[in-house]
Amino acid sequence: MYQYDLIDKEFLADRSAEFRGQVARRLSGELTEDQFKPLRLMNGLYLQLHAYMLRVAIPYGSLNPTQARRLAEIARDYDKGYGHFTTRQNIQFNWIKLKDAPEILDKLAEVDLHAIQTSGNCIRNTTSDPYAGATAEEIDDPRVWAEVIRQWSTLHPEFSYLPRKFKIAITASAKDRTAAKVHDIGLLMRQGRDGQLGFEVIVGGGQGRTPYVGPTIKQFLPTDRLLSYLEAVLRVYNRHGRRDNIYKARIKILVAALGAEEFARQVEEEWEKIDAERADLPAAEYARIRAAFATTTFETLPARSDAFEIAKAKDSAFARFVRNNVRAHKQPGYAIVEVSLKAADQTPGDASAHQLEVVADLAERYGQNDLRVTHVQNLVLPHIKQDDLPTVFAVLEAAGLATPNIDLISDIIACPGLDYCALANARAIPIAQDIARQFADPDRAENVGELKIKISGCINACGHHHVAHIGILGVDKKGEEFYQLSLGGSGAEDASIGKILGPALPADKVATAVDQLVGAYLNTRADGERFLDTYRRVGLEPFKEAVYAQAD
Amino acid sequence: MPKLIELANGEARWADDAFVNVTDEDAIPDSGDVILSLARFEAEGDALLSSNSRRVGVRIESDQEIEVLAYDLPRIAVVALAFPKFRDGRAYTSARLLRERFKYDGQIRAVGDVLQEQVGFMVRCGFDAFEPSDGATPEVLTKAANRFRHVYQRAADARAIALDERAL
Repeated sequence: MYQYDLIDKEFLADRSAEFRGQVARRLSGELTEDQFKPLRLMNGLYLQLHAYMLRVAIPYGSLNPTQARRLAEIARDYDKGYGHFTTRQNIQFNWIKLKDAPEILDKLAEVDLHAIQTSGNCIRNTTSDPYAGATAEEIDDPRVWAEVIRQWSTLHPEFSYLPRKFKIAITASAKDRTAAKVHDIGLLMRQGRDGQLGFEVIVGGGQGRTPYVGPTIKQFLPTDRLLSYLEAVLRVYNRHGRRDNIYKARIKILVAALGAEEFARQVEEEWEKIDAERADLPAAEYARIRAAFATTTFETLPARSDAFEIAKAKDSAFARFVRNNVRAHKQPGYAIVEVSLKAADQTPGDASAHQLEVVADLAERYGQNDLRVTHVQNLVLPHIKQDDLPTVFAVLEAAGLATPNIDLISDIIACPGLDYCALANARAIPIAQDIARQFADPDRAENVGELKIKISGCINACGHHHVAHIGILGVDKKGEEFYQLSLGGSGAEDASIGKILGPALPADKVATAVDQLVGAYLNTRADGERFLDTYRRVGLEPFKEAVYAQAD
Repeated sequence: MPKLIELANGEARWADDAFVNVTDEDAIPDSGDVILSLARFEAEGDALLSSNSRRVGVRIESDQEIEVLAYDLPRIAVVALAFPKFRDGRAYTSARLLRERFKYDGQIRAVGDVLQEQVGFMVRCGFDAFEPSDGATPEVLTKAANRFRHVYQRAADARAIALDERAL
């Protein structure tokens, strides 16, 4: 992974010192809460229902074992022994004391981690492909470009007080594992006919109250012009995005109001005026950043590992894990391993200090010191030798980390919901657990196949329910928690916004309704169709009937 | 009335403010340097500038675009950019465009909800004068402007950025 140099380290130390001063001024009363709020937010510190929550950035989802162990230490020493991975490749600690925050940031900075811009109306942590550098699908390593963006956006003097938060996703694979089309900016790497690399630029996607799949505003942006173009987009937004209404302040509202074509024209006009010499990086800097990633060395191995094949034939649990959690690697003899944080009784995305340490050890011992976080709230060991898979599986299993359910019905995204969040209308975690229990039989789950369920505890949609195959939104009905189901959303390359199924259901009917939806799918599906494909073919009606017919 | 602090070469100090603010309602005083609202400037700025007897500044609100001043900039002594709330970041863009696109070399003054926390960003965007609303002193602003030993991106200041340092 990217190696921080002295400049990066001193930068984090300065930032930490600055925040220490700000906390001291808040604790002494020199700063009012109103003045302190944007400062703590820019350091990832929220005031939640029960305590302060600290959101730590995991830049483009990449961690090394030392960092993972430090996160474990913080979970143990300052939280209740666990951390929560979010849908944007960050980790949250939910039980933080304000007075401890500066010390935590110092400890993070020691291992090149920080909470800069994990909140506030600024450019947030860039989402990228957790399989970067490991999948044969990619046409370039997107982390290089994500790191370019990280540096450019860090304490950007012009774009730190935008109308609203700003999220960028970047992927270089045809299969999108970043939800790029529902980000403020989605960068999809493309290869031109002459072999030149560039980005298709999507602007104004988003979820929340007004979900949009973002339109493409530029078909092909040469990679070396990335920063000047981002500057143009951000500048148009900073000047013209609405600031009178927090719910209409995201860039998607501006793009929708102007129309994608007019927005694109304004960006082009601004872009032409920007001095590219100053705004874009010289080739040498791209090369330096790329070289700083070149830390993996693969052995030359046969494509087929005997140890692996024998273990698969012998152990059906291992075989199931391989079918569902192991993905093809670009290098013969290697594999990508998904570590599920979605065990049946677990809070989706939670990892205990011990689990973090187990995964850190595996990454160190078997995985090239590389560890990734997915926006689906799981972890990834991107470079595991097939020979080592049986051992890695055994270690994961012992730590409760080998649930074989990646992309299956119990691999649920859920926001913290009313259990933690001050904004939520309803709980999300217990609903996820209900559904996971309903589909605890792994054979049945595998038979159902890819099915993405996502649960948000309120309309802000942190649980991505708009882009779920089955989306579940918590609503408050006269003080009672109800759940509105929607179908047919996708956050992947075939992005779409789900459609509401019908009237909201009480909490105890949700898992049953999901079961009924799955029943309707199994009865209707054609060969090879995922739930989403069947829905797209037959529409809402059969599903509606399955859930609501009996109730009438 | 907040006092004026000017910053040059990373050092902030108190400054005498020779300018009088003239809002849309005020009468323009008979003599002395003035900072006019944009509406007043558009109506009466030309006459004042032509008289050549005093310096003229313009106050730009956050929803006004500095491009309207492009033609007059060489004759404008001060552009005061307003922060109605510190969270309103439009003036950062205005300042950068003034310095980088229009090569404006007069004073860019931060007025309104101007807090020490944001001064580092303001300096990088080209502000060189401040009317802090939080009572910040020059010592505090000097510290705020120099808090980070490194910066990552080019802006309106002449600071060497991380990539320049790495090239050394």
